Amino acid sequence: MNSAATAAAPGSLARTAGLREAGAESRTVAAPGPAPLWSERIGIRPRHLVVLAAALLYPFIASPFFTYQIGAQSLALGLIALSLTFLGGYGGMVSLAQMTVAGFAGYGVAIFGTSSFAAISLGWPWWLACAVSVLLATVFAAAVGWLSVRTEGIYTIMITLAVGVAFFYLAQQNYTVFNGFQGFSKIGAPELFGIDWKEPVPFYFVALGCALAGYFLVKHLVRAPFGIALQGIRDNPRRMESLGYHVTAHRVAAYAVAGLLAAVGGVLMVWYNGRISPGTINLAQMIAILIVAVLGGMRHPIGAFVGAIVYVLLQNFAIDLFVRERFNLVIGGVFLAIVLFSPDGLLGLWAIVRSRLLQPELSNQKRRQL
Amino acid sequence: MRLTRKQAALWLLFAGPIAVFSVWAVVDNAPLYFKTLLNGLTLASLYFLVASGFTLVFGLMRNVNLAHGSLYLLGAYVGWIVGENTGSWLLAVAAGFLSAAVVGLLLQVTIFRFMEGQDLRQTLVTIGISIVLADLMLWGFGGEIYTFDPPKWIYGSTELPLVEKFPTYRLFVLLAAIVIGIGLWSFLAKTRVGMMIRAGVDDKKMLAASGVNVQLVFAVTFAIGAGLAGLAGVVGGTALSISPGEDTRYLLASLVVVIVGGMGSVVGASIGALLIGLAEQFGLAYAPTYSVVFTFVIMFVALAFRPRGIMGKAG
Amino acid sequence: MIASKRRVWLRSIVGAAAAACLLGTAGAQETLKIGLLANLEGPFAVPGQDGYRGADMALKEKNGMAGGKKIEFVKVSSDATPDKAVAMTRKAVEQDKVQIMIGPLSGDEGIAVKNYAKTKPDITFINGSSGAQATTLTDPAPNFYRFNTEGAQWMVGLGEHALSKGYKKTFLISEDYGFPYSQVQGFMASYCAKGGKVVDKAWVPLGTKDYASVIAKIPKDIDALVVVLGGSDAVNFLTQYEQAGGNKPMIGGSITVDQTVLNYKGKRRESLLGTASAGPMADSIDTPEWKKFVADYKAQFKDGFPSPSLFAYLYYINTRATLEALDAVKGDLSNGQKAYRDALQKTSFKGPAGEVKIDANRNGVGTTYITEVTKAPDGSFYNKVVKTVPNISQTLGLPEAEFKKMGLGSRDVPDCRK
Repeated sequence: MNSAATAAAPGSLARTAGLREAGAESRTVAAPGPAPLWSERIGIRPRHLVVLAAALLYPFIASPFFTYQIGAQSLALGLIALSLTFLGGYGGMVSLAQMTVAGFAGYGVAIFGTSSFAAISLGWPWWLACAVSVLLATVFAAAVGWLSVRTEGIYTIMITLAVGVAFFYLAQQNYTVFNGFQGFSKIGAPELFGIDWKEPVPFYFVALGCALAGYFLVKHLVRAPFGIALQGIRDNPRRMESLGYHVTAHRVAAYAVAGLLAAVGGVLMVWYNGRISPGTINLAQMIAILIVAVLGGMRHPIGAFVGAIVYVLLQNFAIDLFVRERFNLVIGGVFLAIVLFSPDGLLGLWAIVRSRLLQPELSNQKRRQL
Repeated sequence: MRLTRKQAALWLLFAGPIAVFSVWAVVDNAPLYFKTLLNGLTLASLYFLVASGFTLVFGLMRNVNLAHGSLYLLGAYVGWIVGENTGSWLLAVAAGFLSAAVVGLLLQVTIFRFMEGQDLRQTLVTIGISIVLADLMLWGFGGEIYTFDPPKWIYGSTELPLVEKFPTYRLFVLLAAIVIGIGLWSFLAKTRVGMMIRAGVDDKKMLAASGVNVQLVFAVTFAIGAGLAGLAGVVGGTALSISPGEDTRYLLASLVVVIVGGMGSVVGASIGALLIGLAEQFGLAYAPTYSVVFTFVIMFVALAFRPRGIMGKAG
Repeated sequence: MIASKRRVWLRSIVGAAAAACLLGTAGAQETLKIGLLANLEGPFAVPGQDGYRGADMALKEKNGMAGGKKIEFVKVSSDATPDKAVAMTRKAVEQDKVQIMIGPLSGDEGIAVKNYAKTKPDITFINGSSGAQATTLTDPAPNFYRFNTEGAQWMVGLGEHALSKGYKKTFLISEDYGFPYSQVQGFMASYCAKGGKVVDKAWVPLGTKDYASVIAKIPKDIDALVVVLGGSDAVNFLTQYEQAGGNKPMIGGSITVDQTVLNYKGKRRESLLGTASAGPMADSIDTPEWKKFVADYKAQFKDGFPSPSLFAYLYYINTRATLEALDAVKGDLSNGQKAYRDALQKTSFKGPAGEVKIDANRNGVGTTYITEVTKAPDGSFYNKVVKTVPNISQTLGLPEAEFKKMGLGSRDVPDCRK
């Protein structure tokens, strides 16, 4: 049974699109019975522990390739997609510029830190380069937000798309700062305490740590006053404005938070790839983040990571399963099918399947809300 | 018309440097300046043709159709096949218009009709459709380059004052855009259907309440908007060839034109197209490295001052 | 109670399935696996298919065997972005456990894969078709071999040809990224040295379709245009130039008047005839080896191009070198593949388009063909070979010290305006 701690209704694509009215969540009150365990009181359930244990033990069971290319990449990609889930699912603003913010931070690490192109890279210590990059990327995200949120919601997608493409062209054409088409290579995670963070297992744990931090940040924020206000603004900005909330400021702040998440994801990504170039932030990659977030489901932060895992698996093994040439057709078709039939993504499908097996008497509408 | 101080200051801020630049450029290399000006006008015509359909669809149905570029490409390919088999370029243009219109109609009637009011979901669906269509077209038509074969009388160059030889076809595109622009504007302003569309833009519910079949109006509008994309596909493809990737290019151009010019306004689309076309060509001639970024800079500046676009309406 | 038990059972099934997906298993090895990376997506999707065909041809010539073992290609595909190229290479090397890796296709992918190669010293990497100078000139990897010549080498000799036709002053129009920089350097290295002048360079951003204003900038007093554009950009430029009434002769880069451009679907423009170009191969090389190569290609691939493209040829020679070296050491890949690499260094054979061998820096030394666009009896256009320039190395015909001083090609290097 859902405990009363789920009072903050998670956003989903269906609800964002106005499919369901505000407040139609299933809310249950904890039934009177034996006193709750400490774990139940703070909302930790057995399934959370299983997933956490699996994530911690994964690198010791899986091969180095799977740890690095599947595990760590999913976590980094998932973190960037998480920023979109937060912004789109809980804030109602779907921004296609999250990859751009991530790339901005990645370029920052290349330019401020060490890379193959000593003429541009400043060679600062890694922690300084990372901190400054994340900070600048967050400011950049807030600026993008300010540009996008002063109009209606649907403009956001168009404007952020244009911002992303503009930055792509800037990075491609400019050689003094961005090194143009070639970009930067030889960027890597540092060596600390005698462990080389570039190795698969240490890097995986770095990525896991960042992903967990991001996940809990989002979970905490959506229940905090800021997050509740944000969801209120998503549902009815006019009412919130009349209640005295500064709508634009909240939205820009949401962009900044999402920017922070995406920036950290971007640093992880540039460490993972060891390089960054305009190809990392092109239109296809920007859309890929949207696909990942929608695929997993924007109703809950874990959806971003679920979507990322599926996407990374498909990318790597599609060529073994079906004709590689038609990868785009498959991924586009899956995306289309999900938006048309299961707007809550894989999480929504999982909820339906689970309820069908466990509570066969429920209607479809109720199933979707579980 | 009296200008407020703020408006006058903005005009000076933007027009001033442009005037100074123009004087310098004419003195430096007059044929280049006028050629670039004419190139910008003709490129703007092409952008207007593509963007007009996009803005029409958004203006009425609040549907940001990100598959607009795919409709452009689809119209171009179908038009090419018809052109090759019949030998007539004009038939190709008609085929481009019709095929895209039919596909647009189908999309509206089978998918978008059931998603009224869910703007975001509609947009995501259009993204999915554009990915699927792009790959299907790549599969069907391959990655080769397709060019059209227009009649001799619009191909070749014309002698003009100030610019010497200028491609005739570009002048034709300019003419076509003016004709279609005026036609579209008259259609919206003077005919009954146009009146219904304009009424629907302002207040859908009242339109329905006054007995008009709103779904029919929507279907017709989407068909026209998509058809314009397909027509632009053949016209643009004759000027600039067709290959995979053109769909995203023209989609982005339409987006920027419509963001700058204002959603739902045909006049706004023409203003936006003018600004973007001129900026792109002048950038390419005088500062090629960042010419592509110029168009986006204009968009950001426009957004900073007028979030709804130059001719955009509230609500 | 029943509901919660079912819930636990359900979750464990799903969990187990997920775990099985994510763990991955290493496959057994009975044959020798060679990784093959080209592009099946992105801007080079169509040339990428031809790359796979070239590699398949080389393998078929050896009847699927090399060094006494059966060879199996593990095919992976990228989309012309370096990130994807490295990811797919990593998959082939670490997941599919290939011991030799052939690829990638494009220049920037090549540099990224070379950097990855340095982290895997026990695997040998052989190029596919990537032609960036920096791959072997800047910070080379000791286990990365490139049997084909690169973008700058492909243009050596064209400068002299241009001068021999009287083109003393030229204007350059080119795409603004790495590969054209190399091409331009290859052209200008000897062109400038022998007295030619490139009065100005118009670097056009990648993806530009409307060249009208660039065409307007072309000065009146030049002898010819040097056009280094590829694919649809080249088609657009040529069409627009003709429409604008331009009539200057043109010199094209290696991909400006190649198969894809000459074979575009639409009316052929007579203005293309006579355009000079250069590259590592040409459709009409008049040697028995080349004719056999074309015949084999046509017989094996009914769905291929009318004639093998640049990419088929490049993948073919690199794959053939890989397999011949395997034969030379009888499949011995032990001891960090040392014997194999020594054999690779010594590998040389007569390929379809000239001698194939590598220099001390593991980069190809080969022949460049100067061509002109000509009309065939059946009305189609092809590139006719007018001159053959053999033995071109990465120093582009210049003394090594002078080449080192010049550095790699970029927007401003080399420069000879006046």
